[in-house]
Amino acid sequence: MVKNRKSIVVTVIGKDEVGIVAKIATALAENSINIIDINQKILGEEIFAMTLLADRINSSLSLPEISARLKESVKGLSLNVTVQDAEVFQYMHRV
Amino acid sequence: MKFSNEEILETIGMIAEGKLDIRTVTLGISLLDCSDPSPAACARKIREKILARGEKLSDKADFVANEYGLPIVNKRISLTPLSLVVPVADPAAFLEVARAVDLAGEEIGVNFVGGYTAMIQKGETAIDQALIAAMPEVLATTQRFCASVVLATTRAGINMDGCHTMGRVIKDIAQRTAEQDGIGCAKLVLFANPVEDNPFMAGAYYGIGESESAILVGVSGPGVIRRAIENLGPAADLGQVAEAIKKSAFKITRAGELVGKEMARQLGVSFGNLDLSLAPTPAEGDSVGQVLEAMGLAMPGAPGSTAALMMLNDAVKKGGLFASSSVGGLSGAFIPVSEDASMIEAAKVGAITIEKLEAMTSVCSVGLDMIAVPGATSAETLAAVIADEMAIGCANHKTTAVRIIPAPGKDIGDFVHFGGLLGEAPVMAVSQICSDKFVRRGGRIPAPLQSLKN
Repeated sequence: MVKNRKSIVVTVIGKDEVGIVAKIATALAENSINIIDINQKILGEEIFAMTLLADRINSSLSLPEISARLKESVKGLSLNVTVQDAEVFQYMHRV
Repeated sequence: MKFSNEEILETIGMIAEGKLDIRTVTLGISLLDCSDPSPAACARKIREKILARGEKLSDKADFVANEYGLPIVNKRISLTPLSLVVPVADPAAFLEVARAVDLAGEEIGVNFVGGYTAMIQKGETAIDQALIAAMPEVLATTQRFCASVVLATTRAGINMDGCHTMGRVIKDIAQRTAEQDGIGCAKLVLFANPVEDNPFMAGAYYGIGESESAILVGVSGPGVIRRAIENLGPAADLGQVAEAIKKSAFKITRAGELVGKEMARQLGVSFGNLDLSLAPTPAEGDSVGQVLEAMGLAMPGAPGSTAALMMLNDAVKKGGLFASSSVGGLSGAFIPVSEDASMIEAAKVGAITIEKLEAMTSVCSVGLDMIAVPGATSAETLAAVIADEMAIGCANHKTTAVRIIPAPGKDIGDFVHFGGLLGEAPVMAVSQICSDKFVRRGGRIPAPLQSLKN
């Protein structure tokens, strides 16, 4: 079976600043990764929390490379970025 | 969004803080077609088969780990018991083949190979005797080949001559590896009722009922279970704790299933099974002892430890079985002493003793595991300790095992240091009351009754 989508889940958590979403979105776009869904909140007035579902089928980067690019894009900010294959969530949370 | 924020953060937290990982991807390889009366030819055939089947194991495991963002800690291979492959009753032949296996393992980049194995639960063949005679030399002069000997099963009873022999062999191995605190003994597991599809070392071997080659995945995650229990708070009753363990075990197992299926696909072999076992490592937070502490015991070994462990072991199995149709291996909780920070601490202050560990092994996976005892402990006393553990397995239809290290020149309270995954351990006291006459009777303890169980 050929997959027509390779979904990843990106999380970004940390101190709120102007332009975090723009930086992450730009980094994804530059690497041909298509955003499917975004969920973003400010917790307790200053903690930025974003979870993002994206498709990397057209990107040549591996998961660790994507992770490195995204971390690079928000370098200098107090943010924790994780990138995980979405199938892991599918397996863990859906029967 | 396809997944809720809570679900996403839970999974991320399991990996980052709970240290969820794929503990081992073990490739089982049948050697039944490698038998040859010429040791050199036998060694060559085995080497060629290991290279042909296992060449890509390491690279593919790294690829799959990157692809899913799930760490795969160890890559290993398990082989058909060597006593069934080398048809020569000559210790030199076993030594030659074992060295070839060790080198082949190094070539394909695995850190352990399992299968220097004899099954003597009812008696020994001349070939078994040759394998065992070469064992001290093999374990002292190879790096990664692990040995196991089956001494008892529920259907055969306990081979007491075998227990005595292995007591002497363990002493010999310890002496030959004295410079490293007897580390050779850490590569030898003595079994009652072993499973033939266990991915975990040192006791893995690839049974004769298995296919040509298969991927066996060992998933761990005591940190994940501990976090789930801690999140419940102190007011939750034990039924709720069991429920939380089950749910976490389910999720961990699903992650393992995903990785196992993909590994099998990448290597073009069948997906043998998934073994969800809470296996600790010396790393901070990766401890089964701390799971017992999260349940409310001040230290493992405290009264109540056996009850807590029974519940933990059972809940892990129940969650795992629902998550995958391929659950096999040992699937439970391991309580090795030297590989678990909280167990080491408990042994150091005397909270846990060999006697308490023995009781705990009656309700969990494996048995007296990675226990250092004084170097002066006699072969007969070791044999008696082994026999006790075999009896627990035999009578309860379960796997039990002994991995014990009589550390040369060390006494109670001293420390042994093995390094890496094998960790370090305080030397524990063994009862000084003599069992020599019992052990020297030898013979076989008959298989226990299967009916009239009241």
